[in-house]
Amino acid sequence: MNAVDFILAGMLAAATPMLLAALGEMVVERSGVLNLGLEGMMALGAALGFITTYTYDSHALGFLVAAVGGAALALVFALIVLGFVANQVAAGLAIGILGTGLSSLFGKSFESLTISGLPKLALPLLSDIPVLGALFVQDVVVWLTLLLALAIWAVMNHSKLGLIIRAVGENPHAARAIGFRVLRVRCAAIAFGGALAGIAGAYASTVYTPLWADGMIAGRGWIALALVVFGTWATGRVVFGAFLFGALSLGELTTQAAGVNIPSQLLACVPYIVTILMLAVISSNRRRMRLNTIASLGQPFEK
Amino acid sequence: MTALLSLQGVSKRYGAVKANSGIDLVVDPGSIHAILGENGAGKSTLMKLIYGVESPDAGSILWKGQPVTLASPADARRLGIGMVFQHFSLFETLSVVQNIALIVPGRQADLARRIRALGAEFGLEVDPEAMVHALSVGERQRVEIIRCLLLEPELLILDEPTSVLPPQSVARLFDTLRALQARGMAILFISHKLEEIKELCDTATILRGGQVTGRVTPRDHSAKDLATLMIGRAMPPPLPATPQAQGEVRLELSGLDYINDDPFGVSLRDVSLRLHSGEIVGIAGISGNGQQELAALISGEVMRPGDAIRMMGRAVGGLDAAHRRRLGFAFVPEERLGRGAVPDMSLADNALLTAHSAGLVQRGFIRRGPERAYTAAIIAAYDVRTPGPEAEAAALSGGNLQKFIMGREMMLAPKLLLASQPTWGVDIGAATDIRQRLVAMRNEGAAILVISEELEELFQICDRLHVLHKGHLSPSLQTAATSVEQVGSYMIGAGA
Repeated sequence: MNAVDFILAGMLAAATPMLLAALGEMVVERSGVLNLGLEGMMALGAALGFITTYTYDSHALGFLVAAVGGAALALVFALIVLGFVANQVAAGLAIGILGTGLSSLFGKSFESLTISGLPKLALPLLSDIPVLGALFVQDVVVWLTLLLALAIWAVMNHSKLGLIIRAVGENPHAARAIGFRVLRVRCAAIAFGGALAGIAGAYASTVYTPLWADGMIAGRGWIALALVVFGTWATGRVVFGAFLFGALSLGELTTQAAGVNIPSQLLACVPYIVTILMLAVISSNRRRMRLNTIASLGQPFEK
Repeated sequence: MTALLSLQGVSKRYGAVKANSGIDLVVDPGSIHAILGENGAGKSTLMKLIYGVESPDAGSILWKGQPVTLASPADARRLGIGMVFQHFSLFETLSVVQNIALIVPGRQADLARRIRALGAEFGLEVDPEAMVHALSVGERQRVEIIRCLLLEPELLILDEPTSVLPPQSVARLFDTLRALQARGMAILFISHKLEEIKELCDTATILRGGQVTGRVTPRDHSAKDLATLMIGRAMPPPLPATPQAQGEVRLELSGLDYINDDPFGVSLRDVSLRLHSGEIVGIAGISGNGQQELAALISGEVMRPGDAIRMMGRAVGGLDAAHRRRLGFAFVPEERLGRGAVPDMSLADNALLTAHSAGLVQRGFIRRGPERAYTAAIIAAYDVRTPGPEAEAAALSGGNLQKFIMGREMMLAPKLLLASQPTWGVDIGAATDIRQRLVAMRNEGAAILVISEELEELFQICDRLHVLHKGHLSPSLQTAATSVEQVGSYMIGAGA
């Protein structure tokens, strides 16, 4: 398998954990809440997903438990920032550390155990295309994630629910004045984001690399947070950013395998550096940032 | 005839403040009913109670004779109550039709058609697909009204609807409201502008300090009587406005261009004006037409090196705000909290921020005694209602903080003063006082530039006027030889 095939075949799967978490975070931020605990929610989802899948031999059940776990941790975050009107940055960091700690605790006795991943499904016709065909042989979660991205795009831009979420994020006081329950909308968005972060973690631990190792989320939550900003809170750009990062991280592996004489630590930095550069370029368009930035992001709302 | 809406003994308190106490109000079907009162009289609280945004602590609300509980605006809308807010409840990043779809059921394509139809019928034309941030204030108000009308209310509440409109648009709004009344709709019209209420309204309920102080037919009373009911004493006397001999040029803008890369902002085009010592020049215009940008450029918040801005005869485009203040410039910004004062610092420390050169600092250390004395002097001279210099700026009411900030800058005896909305939110008595002091400063030779939305105020105190519209500044107008209508036509860009 040459490098191009390798990247095409793997980039979607490599991007999926970041993409799932970023899609959820995008909805949360659109409602005006900044959840910095994403990394911890992914870690908790990864541990719970792996344990459940290992114990009951069911990926579906693993994903379900991971989603519930991620949402539960997110609801603790919601209680702190919405109920007690605490600082979102501090609360998010604390919840993130808690999630990472819980994942280590739960996963302790499952260290280095492995399970089998999910089979790959080839899309008929598309997968027969030369070279590009490799792109269309993926597991079911990858396809579902892409469908989910499409659904979130449709809901955020073309449904009343999406309008309400955007209204609450732009101007919570006006939203309340015309009769929307700001805290309820934000709470639901946070729970949704937490559930997706849990599923994202479970995908990493039960499908992408089907084993449990402490610290395996390895910064993907932070990358997902960056992707949301990089994508200026627009679904299409978030998807593009996730694929770019996925391709870059695989490119790093192929370069290493090809024996290019660059220190591996430096190579490992490349996806992060390129993402940061892209982020800087996109955010340098002040007009776009101003039009897309969520006006009430991170600000506590009290009646 | 059963009253459409009646309130009996309605009270609401926030902490120690009784915003409404024992309010009785009866609104008849098909009438235009005014709620008249000063800032802080409790008008907005009362409307929030009627629209279900807040719940009353005591008293009852009857709709068509039946007691009702309004737990949320959705309840009020279901009954047939619509509200147009003073600070619009629109969302800037959504389009007109999206804003409307938030509370009006139906497909967006159908809604867009109905928006156009209503617009044509009631003189409320607006493009349904336009993004709200691109609309003028008048257009935004039309969107708010259309959003209410689509729900076919029987009672429409308008909170200070004319405070943001140029005179021509006020006439147009009144035509719309009369057309709605002719269809049988009742209207609650909240305002502190006496002439408008006399012109439009059938009855008026007057509030002062959270209580009803009068129920009158406004057409049968003079504006003076209404004002006395509203502020509890006779109107303050008008100002002595004798033009002064003009001195040297203190501020000169020549062909000032400013390209704003903020999509919600305004770019300034070829702005020129001259301000002499011993005169007050006013900048009229509806806010959002470049006032913020102009104030930022003159104050030094935004620096543009070059010759376009001169103060006291010096090019100051490249000087920062502190430098300009050292030349004798003082500035009262429009936003009181965050620009005019630091919310969680004491009044004394806030005074220090601009008055540090008045002997309050020695070898880099703050002299607490003089700082306190200086602050106490501002508080006494400008009638700031506060426990003392240690009070936090954020704890003051808007009007009181405005008095404090005006006082702080005026105590510096600047050669050049820029005041944005100098009496915004200040009660009539204190506003008159501030205006008198501005005139006194002018008589002593200061040059004063006032940016204000209140035409009445500008006509009262200014020697000359300019009008700002979409970043263009009108030619200089002698106030004494100019009519409100002339200024109004500049405000909507029609020229004169």
